[in-house]
Amino acid sequence: MGNFSQLVYLVPLFPLVGFLINGLLWNKMPKTLAGIIGSGTILASFCVSLAIFFEAKTATQPVIVTLFDFISSGKLQIPLAFQVDQLSALFLLIITGIGFLIHVYSTAYMHDDEGMVKYFAYLNLFVFSMLLLILGANYLVMFIGWEGVGLCSYLLIGFWFKKREYTNAAKKAFVMNRIGDLGFLVGMLLVLYNFGTLSYKEFFSMLGSNPAIPSSTYTWITICFFIGATGKSAQIPLYTWLPDAMAGPTPVSALIHAATMVTAGIYMIARSGALYALAPMTLHIVAVIGLATALLAATIAIRQYDIKKVLAYSTVSQLGFMFLALGSGAYTIAVFHVMTHAFFKALMFLGSGSVIHAMGGEQDIRKMGGLGKYMKITSATFLIGCLAIAGVPMFSGFFSKDAILTAAFSNSPILYGLGVLAAMMTAFYMFRLYALTFRGSFRGTHEQEHHLHESPVAMTLPLIILAILSIVGGYVGLPEVFTHKEMVFNEYLAPVVKNLAHGEIAANTEIMLMAISTIASLAMAVFAWVKFGKPTFSESTGLNKALENKWYIDELYDAAIVKPIEALSNLLDRFAERLGIDGAVNGVGKTVKWGGDRLRMLQTGQVGFYIFVMVLGMVALFTLSFFWIH
Amino acid sequence: MILVLLILIPLLTGALSFAIKGEGAKMLALISTMATLVVASCVSGANFSAAITFDAAWIPALGARFSLLGDGMSSMLCLLTAIVMMVVMIAQINKETENAGSFYGLMLLAQAGLMGVFLASDALLFYVFWELALIPVYFLCSIWGGERRIAVTFKFFVYTFVGSLMMLSGLIFLYLKTPGTGSYAWADIVHAGSSLPADQQQWLFWLIFIAFAIKMPIFPFHTWQPDAYEQSPTPVTIVLSALMVKMGLFAVLRWLMPVVPMGVTYWTDTVVVLCVIGIVYASCLAIVQTDIKRLIAYSSIAHMGLMCAAAFVHNSVGMHGLIVQMFNHGINITGMWLIVSMIEHRWGTRDMTKLGGMASSAPQMAIALVIIALGNVALPLTNGFIGEFMMFNGLFQGMISNHTVITVLAGLGIILGAVYTLNMIQKTAYGEKTPMVIAADLSINEYLGLAVIISLIIFLGVYPKPLLDLTAGVAQVMAR
Repeated sequence: MGNFSQLVYLVPLFPLVGFLINGLLWNKMPKTLAGIIGSGTILASFCVSLAIFFEAKTATQPVIVTLFDFISSGKLQIPLAFQVDQLSALFLLIITGIGFLIHVYSTAYMHDDEGMVKYFAYLNLFVFSMLLLILGANYLVMFIGWEGVGLCSYLLIGFWFKKREYTNAAKKAFVMNRIGDLGFLVGMLLVLYNFGTLSYKEFFSMLGSNPAIPSSTYTWITICFFIGATGKSAQIPLYTWLPDAMAGPTPVSALIHAATMVTAGIYMIARSGALYALAPMTLHIVAVIGLATALLAATIAIRQYDIKKVLAYSTVSQLGFMFLALGSGAYTIAVFHVMTHAFFKALMFLGSGSVIHAMGGEQDIRKMGGLGKYMKITSATFLIGCLAIAGVPMFSGFFSKDAILTAAFSNSPILYGLGVLAAMMTAFYMFRLYALTFRGSFRGTHEQEHHLHESPVAMTLPLIILAILSIVGGYVGLPEVFTHKEMVFNEYLAPVVKNLAHGEIAANTEIMLMAISTIASLAMAVFAWVKFGKPTFSESTGLNKALENKWYIDELYDAAIVKPIEALSNLLDRFAERLGIDGAVNGVGKTVKWGGDRLRMLQTGQVGFYIFVMVLGMVALFTLSFFWIH
Repeated sequence: MILVLLILIPLLTGALSFAIKGEGAKMLALISTMATLVVASCVSGANFSAAITFDAAWIPALGARFSLLGDGMSSMLCLLTAIVMMVVMIAQINKETENAGSFYGLMLLAQAGLMGVFLASDALLFYVFWELALIPVYFLCSIWGGERRIAVTFKFFVYTFVGSLMMLSGLIFLYLKTPGTGSYAWADIVHAGSSLPADQQQWLFWLIFIAFAIKMPIFPFHTWQPDAYEQSPTPVTIVLSALMVKMGLFAVLRWLMPVVPMGVTYWTDTVVVLCVIGIVYASCLAIVQTDIKRLIAYSSIAHMGLMCAAAFVHNSVGMHGLIVQMFNHGINITGMWLIVSMIEHRWGTRDMTKLGGMASSAPQMAIALVIIALGNVALPLTNGFIGEFMMFNGLFQGMISNHTVITVLAGLGIILGAVYTLNMIQKTAYGEKTPMVIAADLSINEYLGLAVIISLIIFLGVYPKPLLDLTAGVAQVMAR
């Protein structure tokens, strides 16, 4: 590969410069200029990424660009190096492309916020970290980005830092991610211990070649990495931070908590595909966890009333789908869904932002309704997003979701069946959301109704672009069964990511599977469309109540983990520390003092005086002897 | 001779300072620490080619010589001492201190002692400097400290003094084993110690190690520390936590490991287990503290636990990580204390339940707090990460029983560290504004002091090569 790939360091450099300018001049920069710098740097990165993307199309070998030695100690040599290949090029494009749209959107959305300069600084820092994560040529650089995006997520969730609730959510996100990060760290230590390198190139070339390394080692490494992925990509059991993360500004939810950061776990496993191929047991776990998450989150989404919470649980559920694909060995399909999901979920989050903007901050869909009349662009684009995620044919989500379900079927028909169930729920809750928000009549106050308006161009233009992408974005993945040749998308990624083969599926079967899932989802979409056109709300009971309260998982974690650790710490503080150890020390001290009291009848008893004389004596001795010798 | 300057400059200016009344002492101390920093930088710079030594006769009757060794580790620690002392003096510019002459005099004497400890390559000289560093701190704490200063200093004094005496008796025991008329030279002591039979090394290990374990401190010898940190005036807390705890670690590396190698091997598992208990235990305690000073004290105990464990696992990467972490921990914790003293100065309290809103009322300070706190939780691209990653690597590959379990348990410190550090940020920086005694953001000298710290946190986090290169040789030798 040639020239542009050598310039890959420019891609993260631009956002870094943007961060430094806005970050260092946070109290002097005019808001508009901050927005221009923030968006402009990402646009510059996008242009370079585009060139790299097309250059990578013809490349057969990854290009590794080494910047400098990061950690070097004896045999441990870890450079700060970037790897450009088809997988990283594709992610570059998604991140900088969608990132740019969301930056532009933010210039309007955040314009009235006093912290706008700070906001753009954080957002640029996020893009920089995310690019490091993707571009790293070894796991350590990935880890740097991995923790970096976690930090930015923390800062942006707690952006409105005066509200305790928000900063609690930020803290929760960071800590839960750190639990995953420990898994990642131990995974890296295992790789270093067994292979002595963290570089993808060297590590993957060693895989399976050393008979002295038992297969259980691969299982452990992959499980540790997967633990990391469950943290960052919000899977069971570490998913509960993501819905709370909606406390941040809505464009942040679109960029970080839907389109990019949360897909890092999928990237990591796709990147390590060759490694996971050696650990079939881990792949089973990945598939099962993914599917379970997809189902669990979908059930919760059905009974949420906060527009962003519905989208958040939907994201968790869709990420579950991606892990289902990974676990079925269809790595490229998972990446394909990352891309289409980035389009339509970013679209819907930005759409919800547009709605919240018009509603003056209101997020409860029970108080909305009929917004389609006032916000034509927002409602039309949102509808496209719903059609895409529900898997309606000819929209992007259809291609990626059906590819996942087909892969799941070749793995096991049970996975397919449950996957279809999750897909049906997806169609249901999305159209419920759409109908409650945009259909029927307005249920808010008169004041709000008077204020309803379409958002400015800086906000609607990104919506339109994302809507177009949500429609056409799927055509790079036309199924083989129709075109009779390899998916264009798979073809692009083929040099770096190799899917695992599970038996072939006959063409008829595949078309039938596709028909089943599509008809079932469509039916649910229509059902929700009709049911929630004229909604009534009542106090929920039984199962519905449990769903509304997210199956009480947060309460469970609180009671089973958080409270016990606090109680233990208090116990240690009060008893072990003060009474136990310090008590013993003081006891010894008192005994000595008692003895000393008896003895000091002989002396003046001024401890301070003794010490002082001692110091003087020592200093004098020391200096004298030194000069006396010379 | 340049090494002698490192000791002489603070020693002489310190002595001079006692005679000065009023503002002059502060300026003298600032100039002195700057001069020392220049010398220390030269020593570190020179060390990229070869170690520097100095040797002169001292007390021939006892076989003790005034011999100094400035290798990579020593010169790095001298550099740390010089930087930290200078930053402390910069931060002190706008502070009023009673009896300034004596206060700064004692501070500078302590600095001289510290330099001596890190440079000495003669056991008796080492001991003299060890005491020279400690004794001024007793005074500083007992005269300028908080309400409970007398009781706390007494405990601190007895604790460390008992340790020191045990160490001294151990060193004398070794001295008596040296050939001929006896010698305190490092090489002779090492030879005498390492040729002892295993059973003798095993008890001698504790005789010497206790002093260092108290100084670091290692669980369960740590209870003097939160009290001492809490009661000392901030400049002294900084000397204690950024520099003096390094005396303990440094001494383990130079005066314990090579001297009683068989004793070390025998007790490695025990010490590592104590360290790991300490990490989890201290992290848990940090979570429930409401006084920021105590929170940071326990956080420091947890960090020292990891560093001490890394010292004992005989792995060159872990050793290397530990050595650079000594430097980085010193920088970070200095930053933490500076912020704490600024908080106390402005809000009139260190009780986190009464604080909040710094991000609104003093945003510059809040930014500094967040960056330093990130260094404290070892976020990648801050200096804290480099050493921590290397130490975990060392722990995992180290020659200890159950290395996986030990590493994962030590890793809990990462998670718990995030919990208490973010709690602290949330309670001090976030939330609605709380009433301040003095409503002001950073003053120029505070800004400067923090700028030095933050630049180092980020520079060494992104490009740790200079620090790693400086100490690579020492780490290789130590880990053998």
